[in-house]
Amino acid sequence: MVAQESLGSPKKPRSRLIIRQHLATRITHWVWAICLFFLLLSGLQIFNAHPGLYIGKEAGFTYSNDVFTIGSDTSGDPPKGVTTILGHAFDTTGILGISGSGDDVVDAAFPPALTIPSHQDLATGRVVHFFFAWILVATLLTWLVLSLRNRHLKKDILLKGSDITGLPADIADHARFRFHHTTRYSPLQKIAYAGVLFVLFPLIILTGFSMSPGIDSALPWLLDIFGGRQTARTIHFITMSLLVLFFIIHMAMILAAGPINELRSIITGRYRIQASKNGSHRDEK
Amino acid sequence: MKSSLITRRSLLRTGLMGAASVSLAGCNQFDSLLDQDSMVRRAVASMNALTYRAQRLLIAHDRLAPEFTSADIRQAQHPNGSTDPDTDEYQAVKADNFSSYRLSVSGLVDTPLTLSLGDLQALPSRTQITRHDCVEGWSTIAKWKGVPLRAVLEKAGVKTNGRYILFRCFDALTTSLSGPDLYYETIDMVDAFHPQTILAYEMNDKPLPIENGAPLRVRIERQLGYKMAKYIKSIEVVTGFETVNGGNGGYWEDRGYDWYAGI
Repeated sequence: MVAQESLGSPKKPRSRLIIRQHLATRITHWVWAICLFFLLLSGLQIFNAHPGLYIGKEAGFTYSNDVFTIGSDTSGDPPKGVTTILGHAFDTTGILGISGSGDDVVDAAFPPALTIPSHQDLATGRVVHFFFAWILVATLLTWLVLSLRNRHLKKDILLKGSDITGLPADIADHARFRFHHTTRYSPLQKIAYAGVLFVLFPLIILTGFSMSPGIDSALPWLLDIFGGRQTARTIHFITMSLLVLFFIIHMAMILAAGPINELRSIITGRYRIQASKNGSHRDEK
Repeated sequence: MKSSLITRRSLLRTGLMGAASVSLAGCNQFDSLLDQDSMVRRAVASMNALTYRAQRLLIAHDRLAPEFTSADIRQAQHPNGSTDPDTDEYQAVKADNFSSYRLSVSGLVDTPLTLSLGDLQALPSRTQITRHDCVEGWSTIAKWKGVPLRAVLEKAGVKTNGRYILFRCFDALTTSLSGPDLYYETIDMVDAFHPQTILAYEMNDKPLPIENGAPLRVRIERQLGYKMAKYIKSIEVVTGFETVNGGNGGYWEDRGYDWYAGI
């Protein structure tokens, strides 16, 4: 019988399978993935109800304090989609502001393919958004407790001194697409995950809280920290963009580092590492 | 050996085509699941009850919404929804500058009331500079003066089985077969007796403008704008709102919006 751990040559093991991810890590990971998918697309639906972002306590109607808007110019034919960032206007016809073509031209900030529901429906967007927001927050708290208990937090997420000293080499390796398959996360991995879990998640949750008029009465200092409800809304949107950026890099890294091995570890928990005494040898790649 | 109907290649091809069609079609995959009457939407929307209970449990009932200074008033209150109701009833009271306007307070009260604008202005008032948050996402800051709803309700005397306040309004945004769909709203007793919940008749030191709800609108500062009914005609104390119009407790609630708008 062949032991599961030694699937390589029995004489000279070149690699072996280890249990990389706890069940708790895998379940919370996929719950977040589902939550973020729905939160993003319902969030864009909500944004479409008033496609402008501002700095300050209120939205300027008779003065200008916007930093980002998506609109349309229907004076000409065909209509044009116009996106402004910090006062600079860009023609985004086909993607933002105006999408589709011919008889199916849609006058919406984010196009139907990026919103839930696909048509304009703020009420349903909100219902979906808050449903998954509750689950995201509950899962984050659950993850925090479980990861303290099973040491995932200490072992994989929190940065140690050796992570700081190892950072330059890790950056150099990533730049050369050289990935190490070991029992530990690399410094850049730790920074990325810690950044999502301890910076972006709290930031997007707290700016979300500060848009609730109920919570504003309980925690008025939240608004002072963020600089007003409309600034909080802008930060909420920027944080969303950073999470999307993380997702893109996350997917690229999975592809670059070996999708089968990476996906297996987050689904079954099993991860193939390069066998060695100190566990730091490089993969064949 | 029998030829298999499903080969690995065909499975892969079908899978890829399926994945591609999902991504091409985008999010309309979820549209039918989220139809107004669907079970899924109902289940997802029921999370609003959790938000309501959590906020009522964790936030002190008399906790005030943030108030601002006159320096924060930088623009007129942005009007939304109805801006000049065209119902005959409203046009009549508007024609005499609301001197014939009477607010009716009825339902589960000891003494039903009929109050003129002068009667309301003779009651104690509260002035507050607060932020109005629209469900769409924008906010504006304005100064509101009015009589605390609490004062009116105490004058009428709320019976112990009264659980909600129902506001009926003059305006209608849409018309159905049975006539104009008059705006209405409901709030619980916590918000009804909250110190900042006022029946406003002044905005930014002037009589409440028509477009902002003259002669009377309610301010419910810990909820979103659609709860703050404009053009109020009557106030009723009720035990529930299942039998009122669509049964969801408000004009927008009947159109899919959450009843509790503290979020």
